[in-house]
Amino acid sequence: MDMVEDVLAGRVRGIARMMSRAEAGGGDCRAALAEIYRHTGRAHVVGLTGVPGSGKSTLARVLARAIRASGRKVGIVAVDPSSPFSGGAILGDRVRMTGLSGDPGVFIRSMATHGAVGGLARASLDSVDILDAAGFDIVVVETVGVGQDEVDILQAAHTVVVLSAPGLGDDIQAIKAGLLEIADIHAVSKCDRADANRTLIDLKGMLTLGVAGGDGWQVPVLPTSAENDEGIGDLLAAIDAHRAHLEDSGGIALRRRRIAETRILGIAEDIVRTRFAGRHDGRLAGLLDRVMAREVDPYAAAMDMLAASRED
Amino acid sequence: MSEKTGVIRVLLAKVGLDGHDRGVKVVARCLRDAGMDVIYTGLHRTPEEVVDAAVQEDVDVLGVSLLSGAHMTILPRMIDLLKKTDADDIILMAGGVMPDEDVAALKKLGVGEVLLQDAPPETIVGTVRRLVAERGPR
Ligand code: B12
Ligand SMILES: Nc1nc2c(ncn2[C@@H]2O[C@H](COP(=O)(O)OP(=O)(O)O)[C@@H](O)[C@H]2O)c(=O)[nH]1
Ligand SMILES: [Mg+2]
Repeated sequence: MDMVEDVLAGRVRGIARMMSRAEAGGGDCRAALAEIYRHTGRAHVVGLTGVPGSGKSTLARVLARAIRASGRKVGIVAVDPSSPFSGGAILGDRVRMTGLSGDPGVFIRSMATHGAVGGLARASLDSVDILDAAGFDIVVVETVGVGQDEVDILQAAHTVVVLSAPGLGDDIQAIKAGLLEIADIHAVSKCDRADANRTLIDLKGMLTLGVAGGDGWQVPVLPTSAENDEGIGDLLAAIDAHRAHLEDSGGIALRRRRIAETRILGIAEDIVRTRFAGRHDGRLAGLLDRVMAREVDPYAAAMDMLAASRED
Repeated sequence: MSEKTGVIRVLLAKVGLDGHDRGVKVVARCLRDAGMDVIYTGLHRTPEEVVDAAVQEDVDVLGVSLLSGAHMTILPRMIDLLKKTDADDIILMAGGVMPDEDVAALKKLGVGEVLLQDAPPETIVGTVRRLVAERGPR
């Protein structure tokens, strides 16, 4: 259990190694992660999403600086896609996250999606737990926000920041496609550029048209520039205000419950999928034959698989 | 390296005032195409920044690309930093442009392998796999 001690004491190597174990997903780390989970619940988790190139990593850097200046510790989990061909990945978010080194109050971890449904959410939320237990006050999770796994990660955040950039066109499209509903805060990046105003106006227009939060929170639209370090204090203030709103309204308890629910169901799905794919190859093949022959229907076949997986 | 996914993690860095980044990008791509997770940190990093990042990322291999001629000051410094951080199980590799006698000296100091000009992808991938296998699980 001294790995757990290292994590709780905030020792960098211990945190880093624990994350690798969690990502590998072997059974040997479950006990440690269970112990770590008991020490979580203090960190505020911020999901940061937007299309590639919108400026998430750059914003994470300046936001981290602002968080440090406010006397708090910050962890960053940056998720990038794996290549569908080789399964490998080039994780480049650190290229933007300069000037944060040598400060024990900042911990940055890069992760690949690995293409496995369910696996990404599990591993990155384990990493968030590890940072939480290690005493990081705010954990920022950067993801591109496409795909069910990434949406699950975002929905595990207490505050979701959706970032839009001028000149990327497909931005508003991406937001229409589902990110609009999950945003607690909209930020527009690169406001040092003249065309940023257009993006701000478009977004504000869309927000007045629809989607009220329902819980009394007014979703703000904030201009930011990492280049000129403008609007970053306001963004952090909005994140803190959203947290205060959740706490005052009691919404935080609901959100935590919902996050736990999504996680439990996700893990269960993940386990069932791995079991079906792994140990029951023969049974699945047999059932497929019978379904093809119209002897059993797909529903009955699925129930059969479930019953079999319960036996081991 | 992880027992279940078996994914090797490598951090690639350019240290100092060296702006030659073609080689490091070639290396990044060939390791990715071999199924590894490659963290790239960009140009003009300090040895301290790079070692810090390698420790947080818990990589198997830290690869440094040097074409500036500063390898005999930068690499020994990184070996020291890895030792000081109690992270000398991270394998240090290097590549770029350097004379043969320096390569021999660096390997004596603890650099796992040095691969120079025209190193083919198979050699780069094979060397990373071999060094990680030799180190064993941790
Ligand atoms: C292209 C080039 C440039 C381009 C760089 C473009 C870019 N964005 O990369 C430009 C024109 C900008 C340039 C500028 C300069 N250059 Co220049 N450049 C070259 C040249 C001709 C080829 C380098 C290259 O891209 N090779 C192709 C890549 C794919 O090969 P590679 O980098 O060697 O990488 C391979 C291996 O080394 C290995 N590898 C590399 N890194 C790593 C890392 C790991 C972990 C591993 C495992 C393997 C590995 O794998 C790769 C694939 O096989 C070399 C000559 C040479 N023979 O290398 C000079 C050379 C490197 N440059 C040199 C010089 C002096 C300069 C300048 C200072 C010139 C000047 N006075 O302005 C500037 C400095 C720029 C800067 N800020 O650093 C000298 C360096 C001398 C030294 N080391 O003592 C060289 C050696 C030329 C010479 N013979 O004098 N250069
Ligand atoms: N002008 C300007 N460019 C920015 C700003 N923030 C990010 N960028 C640039 O946008 C590009 C993508 O940034 P990055 O942070 O990597 O985006 P990500 O893919 O969303 O993580 C980079 O070239 C950044 O330099 C900003 O505030 N102003
Ligand atoms: Mg990024």
